[in-house]
This record gives sequence, structure tokens and C-alpha cells, in this order.
Amino acid sequence: MFKFDKLVFGDLGWGDELLFATLMTITVSILSMGLGLCLAIITVWAKLVTNRITRFIANFYTTVVRGVPELLVIYLIFFGGNSVIMGVAKLFGYNGYIELNALTIGTIAIAFISATYSSEVIRASYLAVNKGQVEAAKALGLNKIQIFLRVMGPQIIRHALPGIGNVWQITLKDTSLISVTGLVEIMRQTRIASNVEHSPLTFLITAAFLYLFLTTFSGKFFKVLEINYSKGYS
Amino acid sequence: MQNLLSYLNEFLLFRNFVEVIGGLDNTLLLLIISLPIGFVLSLIFALGRVSTNKFISKPIASYIFVIRGTPLLVQIYLIYFGLGSIEFIRESFLWYLLREPFWCGVLALTINTVAYGSEIFRGGIQSVTKGQIESGLSLGFNKIDLLRKIIFPIALRKVLPSYGNELILMVKATSLVSLTTYMEMTGIARKIMAKTFAPVEAFIAAGILYLFLNFLMVQFIKYLEWKYNPHLRVEQN
Repeated sequence: MFKFDKLVFGDLGWGDELLFATLMTITVSILSMGLGLCLAIITVWAKLVTNRITRFIANFYTTVVRGVPELLVIYLIFFGGNSVIMGVAKLFGYNGYIELNALTIGTIAIAFISATYSSEVIRASYLAVNKGQVEAAKALGLNKIQIFLRVMGPQIIRHALPGIGNVWQITLKDTSLISVTGLVEIMRQTRIASNVEHSPLTFLITAAFLYLFLTTFSGKFFKVLEINYSKGYS
Repeated sequence: MQNLLSYLNEFLLFRNFVEVIGGLDNTLLLLIISLPIGFVLSLIFALGRVSTNKFISKPIASYIFVIRGTPLLVQIYLIYFGLGSIEFIRESFLWYLLREPFWCGVLALTINTVAYGSEIFRGGIQSVTKGQIESGLSLGFNKIDLLRKIIFPIALRKVLPSYGNELILMVKATSLVSLTTYMEMTGIARKIMAKTFAPVEAFIAAGILYLFLNFLMVQFIKYLEWKYNPHLRVEQN
């Protein structure tokens, strides 16, 4: 039933493979979280700007992506993404076959999902910063960039950090879904290993521990960041 | 009518739509069983979580910690592939249930929602102010009456929005059960894609149905909020 001796490093076990898979999970999570935050900032801008069309597009995007299962979004981007990209390439006069690798597609798919959650967090924290502060900064003669970097930015980050921490945990757990695209991260490696060794319990429990380890320690990291960013308030 | 149907059948999206609706009952079955059980267990676990008895609250806290720290996919696989590899489960009566992907899915979804739900209810129960409990006690309520008439109504009302979120997450989570060969809407969409080689149409058909399900869920939650928060209703005149 249990074959924990198969977890050793080297040729006899799956230890090193699982380690690389864990690194892959971390890579995908960080990349898609970063890309997701960029997308989220654009979405927030589109929602706060007084343009009906951009606001409609942004609202449509967040409503739809949050309303359908993550797995479906990943399937859609994984299986349908290539044809969309080839269509775009055709517009620019390129008629060849393009195929993105699983890492790129997976990262884009997860970023697409996590951006909807982050955008709500960032929007709320933007609105939470007191308007009077911007006026005060203007009165002091700061220009727009200075206001953003010195006054708004740090406060938005402070308000957003707890929420962003939650989104990070969701993103980290969502990366398990892109195992369906064939990318060798923890979940995929676990399935391969348990099929070879005929011992699903061993490797699935290991995978659960790896995820638990990742979520716990990144949670601690976000706690430290939160304390750091609310120094002025303690 | 016949003409309209044959006209609509020209469209791949419409045909996919009809086929995906065939999986709606399987998706709903998962929800209909796991959500009510999950709700009741969440309430019980939340009470255990706030209990002063460490032998009750500590195990529940670690259960919540483990489930919330691991992806649902791991939990589903653990139950579907993992439990099946244990010898004595295969020989016991449990095997009649656990060899079906449906019951594995129900079990995994319930375990998952109880962890999130009990954490939400714990917040609600702890937000009931001491004065309200004391006034209940001074009226001579016993423990069960206190729970039934004071703590639960106040707590549930407060956590309705966040529990509603959890319900929507559960609707979305049912799609993961398709990875254990259970043919609900996502599984059928996947099958259609393999058959027609048109991924976008297949998954959009399923996506529209999920959006519709979640829309109904949101309306249901809104109705509950309206019903149980009469003091917050805006008078219409």
C-alpha cells in the first residue's frame, strides 16, 4: 500500500523528480501571479475610468471568468488558444503553424483566472485610500507620478496585501489544474509516479504535503510583508 | 417549431449546448447531495471549532488547515485513486460506494466545503456579542434553545454573503469531478471536443450553462439575504 522508500533521490526513487515538479509549480505560480497582477491593474484602470466601453469589457471579463469553472477556462485556453493565436498571426500575414508550449499556455490560463480575483482586491484597496490624501499631496506640489509612487502606491499595497495573499493561495492551488495540459508540475508528476509504482496513496499524500508546505510558508511570507507595510500604523 | 429546431441544428454551438445540457443532471446531483450535508456538518464543525475543549477544537482546526492548504484536485484523486488502493476498503461494504466516481466526488466535495464552510460559520458565531448570549441566558434559555434561537440566526445572517461565495465556488468545483471519468457538464464538453475538434464551441456551450447555474445561485443567495435581513430592507413607496 505505502511505498515511501520510492521517495528517495536518484535513480531508485522519485525524490528529485518531485523536487523539480515542485520548482515548476512555484515557477508557474509566480509567473502567473505576476502576469495576473499586471492584467488586474489594467482591468482596474478600465473599471475606474469614466469610459462606458472599457468598463463594460472589464466587468464582462471578471463576471464571466469568475462564473465558470477554472478547469473550463484552462481547457478553453489550452485547446482553443492556439487557433486564436494563429488567427491573430494570420492578420499579420503569417500562415504557418504556431504552437505554444504547456508552460506558456498554463501560465496565461492561470493568470487569466487570478487576474479577476486580484482586480477586485486592488479596486477595493484603491477606493479605500482617502481622497483627501491626494488633495493634500497636490497642495504640497507633488506631480502625478510622485503622488502615485509616494502617496497612493504604498497605501494601496498596504490595503491590498491581505487580499493578495489570499489570491496567491488560490493561484497556487489552481496550478494543480494545469496538470491536464501535460505540464509536469506536482500533480502531473504524482500521477506519473503513482501509475509507474502502482501506489497512488504514497505519492498523493506526498503531493498533499508538498502543497501544504508551499501554502503554509508563502502564507508566513505574506504575514511578514503585511507587518512590513503597516509599520506606520502599528 | 420543427423548422426552427432544424435551423438551429445547423449550428455546432447549439448542438453542443443540447448535448451538454444532458450532463446538467449529473452536475446538479453532485450539488444536491454534497451542499446540504456540507451545510449541516459545517455548522457542527464550527461549533466544535469554537469549543473550549481542546480535544475537540484542535483536531477540527488541523482538519481545516490541511483541507484549505491543499488543492481540491489532490483531495479528489486521494479519494478516488488512493482509497481504492487500500485492501480492507476494497473488501468492505464501502467499496460499493467508493468504486463509483460519483460517490467519490460527493465525498471529496463535502469534505472540502465543510472545511471552508465551518471556518466561515466560526466567524459568524464568534461575532455574536456576549450581551446577546447573556440576555438569552437570563431569559432562561437552555443551551439548545440558545443555539437555535439566538446564536444561529444572528450568525447565519451575518455570514450569508461569504457562505454564498462558497456555494458559487462549489458549483465551479463540481467540474473537477469530471477528471475521475464522471460525465458531468465539463466531462461531456471534453468528449464533444474530442469528437468534433472544435474546442471553443464545446467549452463555450458548457461555460454558458455554468454561468446560468451561478446566476441562479446568486439570485437564491440574494433572496435569502432579503428574507433573513428584514431590518435592512429598503422600504418601497
